[in-house]
Amino acid sequence: MAVGAVVALTATACGPGTAPAKSGSGGGGSTAAAGSITELDYYTDAAGSAAWQQALSGCTAKTGVKVKRQSVPTDQLIQKVLQGAASHTLPDLVLADNPTLQQIAATGALTPLSQYGISTAGYYDSIVKAGTYQGKVYGLAPGVNGLALIYNKDLLSRAGISAPPATWAQLKADAAKLTKGSTYGLAFSAVNSEEGTWQFLPFFWSDGGDLSKLDSAQGAQALGYVRGLVASGSASKSVVSWNQNDVADQFTSGNAAMMVNGSWTLPALDQQKNLHYGVVPLPTPQAGQKPVVALGGEVGAIPATGTATQKAAAKVLSCILSEPTMLAWDKSHAYIPTRQSTAQTFARQNPELSSFVAEVETARSRTAQLGTAYPKISTALATALQSALTGQQSPAAALAQAQKQASG
Amino acid sequence: MDISRTEPGGHPAEAAATGPSAQPPARTGRSGRTGRAGGPGRPRTQRSRQRLAAFGFLAPALAYLAVFFGYPLVQNISMGFRDYTVASFYTGAAPFTGLRNYTEVLGDPVFVKALVNTAVFTAGSLVFQFGIGLALAVYFNGRFLGSALLRSLLLLPWLLPLVVSGAVWRWMLDQDHGVVNTALRALHLAGGSAGVPWLTSPSWALPAVILANVWIGIPFNLVLLHGGLRAIPDVLYEAAELDGAGPWQRFRHVTWPLLRPVSGVVLMLGLVYTVKVFDVIMVVTRGGPANASQTLTTWSYQLSFQQFQFGQGAAVGNLLILITTGFGLLYLRSARAGLAEAAS
Repeated sequence: MAVGAVVALTATACGPGTAPAKSGSGGGGSTAAAGSITELDYYTDAAGSAAWQQALSGCTAKTGVKVKRQSVPTDQLIQKVLQGAASHTLPDLVLADNPTLQQIAATGALTPLSQYGISTAGYYDSIVKAGTYQGKVYGLAPGVNGLALIYNKDLLSRAGISAPPATWAQLKADAAKLTKGSTYGLAFSAVNSEEGTWQFLPFFWSDGGDLSKLDSAQGAQALGYVRGLVASGSASKSVVSWNQNDVADQFTSGNAAMMVNGSWTLPALDQQKNLHYGVVPLPTPQAGQKPVVALGGEVGAIPATGTATQKAAAKVLSCILSEPTMLAWDKSHAYIPTRQSTAQTFARQNPELSSFVAEVETARSRTAQLGTAYPKISTALATALQSALTGQQSPAAALAQAQKQASG
Repeated sequence: MDISRTEPGGHPAEAAATGPSAQPPARTGRSGRTGRAGGPGRPRTQRSRQRLAAFGFLAPALAYLAVFFGYPLVQNISMGFRDYTVASFYTGAAPFTGLRNYTEVLGDPVFVKALVNTAVFTAGSLVFQFGIGLALAVYFNGRFLGSALLRSLLLLPWLLPLVVSGAVWRWMLDQDHGVVNTALRALHLAGGSAGVPWLTSPSWALPAVILANVWIGIPFNLVLLHGGLRAIPDVLYEAAELDGAGPWQRFRHVTWPLLRPVSGVVLMLGLVYTVKVFDVIMVVTRGGPANASQTLTTWSYQLSFQQFQFGQGAAVGNLLILITTGFGLLYLRSARAGLAEAAS
């Protein structure tokens, strides 16, 4: 199957001298904007898809540009884009996961947003960095997400815990206290993929870990802390096989009293009438610190498909990034606006998301420091995480091997 | 297969002696005969026309193979020798790097692990799929009420999409709430209340994916072996029974030797299929925890689509193709020997 996938990709790879083809909807090719564009995203869940469709329809009404939308499952988007890059049939607008943007930009298929007059003024620095490749901004997000601690109010009060944990020591103690019968104190994902890395990074970064030097003492300490949660039984050993949807399922079914998860799970939690939950920023190693979470969310990028369609795509992207559309989309999908001023308005309107808004200020882009080297390091870190959590290696040994693998 | 068709013609020895190229000599031989009857001018034109017609029939298959098998294969092999990055997709530029992808892949500690896992996964899957499939086939060969219905119900795992089967197994094998551990606990077979750490322990993850794959593969073995059993004439069993052979002796001396050709095909197809299993492992464990169930296929995928090192991913894919081709050739050789033996 994997061979098949590789083969399928190469099959579409045209030889070198293929001229960049105009996309079908390109139209005249003059300076006038095209009347319709194609768009690719991975909002395939019912609620997210409907919300995104609404944002696009609103922008069609405003700009007069029709959008032909295509949604694919998350892990197929990058394959789809690479296939499109190979055959020069890229969509006119792509909403890609932010850590993959640099990979897509590295193909040379994307156009810098500055040429359409899309300014980065007022955006959080971290989200601009996530969209930057070799000094140019190729992608901007209408909303971002991050991880926070979501807790079951009823279970906490039953265990006599008056306030949700704010430090690692409190998290450890509370998780132990909340572990009873078939209920674990804490649930998180440590699955063997980018998802596992993404969930571990807040612990790793908040404690001073460094992605370019995985085997630092701080990194080992953070990994040791997470391993302790599993080893003591406060978190299930199954965390190594759970993705974030599984984590949310464990939480809603009462098998976990607290979970590390993203803002996008909140709409689903709201549908559980018997579930009373609260959200706080992730606990930090020491009191008074601010957690450093990884920045999540999709950035809009415009591939080189021809002047007319690029122009039309830029109009639609500008509309998506405008304040009213940003506020509406972020509210319906539980994302956080990417401009500081808009985020503050948003926090006032949606106080339940204020923990996430607070975290965005200190959130870090996964690819800012490492660029296109990130995927390899992420894989190494996820393997180290699993190796330590399953007791195969000590945290220090696991990270030392990961560093060797990442730099090799 | 060719032999059985040529046998009524009365040249079994000739067909067996020429082996795989049995078809062309047989055909020219026949056209030679008609040529002798019709005069000296006709054979050549007829022969060339026949050859043209033969090629005409062959052409669609050849074109299909070239486009959908040959081209991707050549591309994949060439990719394995190049520094193929994401940029290569757009620009087409992928510098030739010789064997570097292969040395990097072979030097990676994950390679040995993936290779051993692939071998264990394949051997484990085959042994249990074939064993259980054969037992069920023998069982269902006896006619009893509902045997046909039960047999067709047993096909269900084969009909389910692999992703669905994988997801269900992942759910069933969950350590805390999975139905497998619940059942084991009820039978007091699980070690203590913790249960078997199917998906969470590096030593159990590979057995867990083998278990899921065995379940998926049983119907395939069952159906083919059942077909093979049907082809064994009842008279042989009756004769064996008259000679006083018990059930085990009948199986050992009648069923097993006569089922051998079918078993060979089933095992070979099973081997080629199992070596490249991807979906099941991907859904159940994603190759984890900590590469414990990483096989060559899942690792190839990880290198290509998670680390974007397409050259290395292709190199692993090529190694896998090499391995399966090796087994395929072995099979062809033994099959040819078997056919020759059967024909003589």
